[in-house]
Amino acid sequence: MTLAIELEDLHKTFSNSVRALDGVSLAVEQGTIFGLLGPNGAGKTTAVRILTTVLQPDSGVARVLGHDVTTEPDVVRRLIGLAGQFAAVDENLTGAENLWMVGRLNHMSKGQLRERSSSLLEQFGLSDAANRPTKTYSGGMRRRLDVAASLVAHPKVLFLDEPTTGLDPASRADVWTMIEGLVAEGTTVLLTTQYLEEADRLAEHLVVINHGKVIAAGTPANLKANMGVTVLDLGLDNETTALRAAQVLKRVNEKAPVVYGRTVEVNVNDGPRIVTEALRILEAEGIAPTTLALREPSLDDVFLSLTGHRAEAELAEGDESPSTDARPQSHRRGRRS
Amino acid sequence: MTTTTMPVPHAPAVDSPSGGRFYWAVADMLTVTKRNLIAYTRVPEAIFFSSVQPIMFVLLFRYVFGGAIPTPGYHYVQFLMPGIFVQTVAFGSIGTSIGLAEDLQKGLIERFRALPMSRWAVLGGRTTADLCRNLFVMILMTAVGYAVGYRIGTNVGEYLSGILLLLLFAYALSWGFAFVGLSAPNSETAQLMSFPVLFPLTFASSAFVPLQTMPGWLQAFARHQPVSIVCNAARDLMSGVAKPDLVFPPFTSVVSTGRTGSTVLWAVVWSLGILAVLAPVSVRRYRRRAL
Repeated sequence: MTLAIELEDLHKTFSNSVRALDGVSLAVEQGTIFGLLGPNGAGKTTAVRILTTVLQPDSGVARVLGHDVTTEPDVVRRLIGLAGQFAAVDENLTGAENLWMVGRLNHMSKGQLRERSSSLLEQFGLSDAANRPTKTYSGGMRRRLDVAASLVAHPKVLFLDEPTTGLDPASRADVWTMIEGLVAEGTTVLLTTQYLEEADRLAEHLVVINHGKVIAAGTPANLKANMGVTVLDLGLDNETTALRAAQVLKRVNEKAPVVYGRTVEVNVNDGPRIVTEALRILEAEGIAPTTLALREPSLDDVFLSLTGHRAEAELAEGDESPSTDARPQSHRRGRRS
Repeated sequence: MTTTTMPVPHAPAVDSPSGGRFYWAVADMLTVTKRNLIAYTRVPEAIFFSSVQPIMFVLLFRYVFGGAIPTPGYHYVQFLMPGIFVQTVAFGSIGTSIGLAEDLQKGLIERFRALPMSRWAVLGGRTTADLCRNLFVMILMTAVGYAVGYRIGTNVGEYLSGILLLLLFAYALSWGFAFVGLSAPNSETAQLMSFPVLFPLTFASSAFVPLQTMPGWLQAFARHQPVSIVCNAARDLMSGVAKPDLVFPPFTSVVSTGRTGSTVLWAVVWSLGILAVLAPVSVRRYRRRAL
């Protein structure tokens, strides 16, 4: 079967010499949800914009259902739907008028469009607000309308660029349910996200990109297995003790601990067991942690874990001490639960 | 490489079989025009306040500065109003740049570029909607002019051709300011970027004062730039007072052959020239701009 989306060695550098994509390749099967995961500025949006013919790549190939985006942009535009990073609705138009505009610009007939528009408004819970200017909509309603607009022309491949960024948890769950419904009907969805949880819930396959490069690929289960399910944070009296504690902890966990100043972080697969064991073994060495926390991994941890592997491999050839990092505490936002 | 075991899916047949490329280009442009016109009706206060400034200019020049500006042989208001009309539509074209900068900011341009629509339609629709707005503004300003004592100096037909000429000029300027809007990082900057272009063009022109009151070096610029030429043509068609010896010295010999001949022709040539050069440049900008 033709792949829904294919990228081969895609490069894009902007005029300000920001290298947004530096050789990205990926393949997405039809009828699946594919997650493009990465922090802000990783190149996710650039990849989506190239695939949706909004931007031109510098080199490499991008295809949608076998059609090259640079040589057959008009064909590609008839196959895709795009809900970009901002909820791109015209706030002076009503919800229904926004769908009318996008449908007409997709060259749908008025009859087709009227039917499609009212069923989408219904499906997205916007029927009551259909005739109100969208500037009166909440953030969640705008985002739902934006996604509805991207679906007006029955796209075969849908691109959702951070569809839930800025949404409250309830709206986020609504968007998730909606995406799952679409794939059940046979649409292929590529979604970008900064949230591991979202990728985990929705995507069958994931690619993690950073600085324009693919740094990991696989199913969510693979990725998590690679990095450990939970993170154990230990705070110690001073840096020397922290390094010692890390050495000790290496014995109880297959993943090497990472030290930031006075903190030790370990990705663990079996949290409760490790906690007990870690405390026991630390006590035996006469080390008493000042703080201890067990938390779910964040996207930060994926990158930490990914870069941690590399650091570990380098260290393995030198000494056996755990990798250290001088990252200042103030940059570690929301890492403690 | 692709391992194709199934035929490549065809694009859904939503295009009407009868519709050719040109048909859809026009249809798309009308859709975008309608969208922009609906937006105008949703913010009537924007139209109201954008009309206040030209009215203030009318009052300022008619009653404050006007007495000090000599226009021998006829009343200053007959000189002023066509100039005000040109100034109004010229400054109105900033609206084109602000509107497009907002569309960019809100991600609408990104959405449009991913749609199977004509590449001309977004700018064509915006400039056409702005043309409709200018028509409304011209009707309003005609009423304002009448209220401050302006009277048509030719006949209704020529006055209306004057309005058509002003609309053509404004339409051409809109395409130029589309480029500014698509080059600005945001709508506030789009507005700020437009002023340094418009200010010298409208004030160093024959819009408010006869050129010969200006120093020689400034006259040289003012005499040959499009705003002056359109002002003179509009004055000629509307007030019938574009006395070549008074307003337009370099063209005296040409103009004297027929009252509304050459000035109007030159104004049309300038407008079409601006349009022919800047419309493709702006469309190129629309297609290529990094988002």
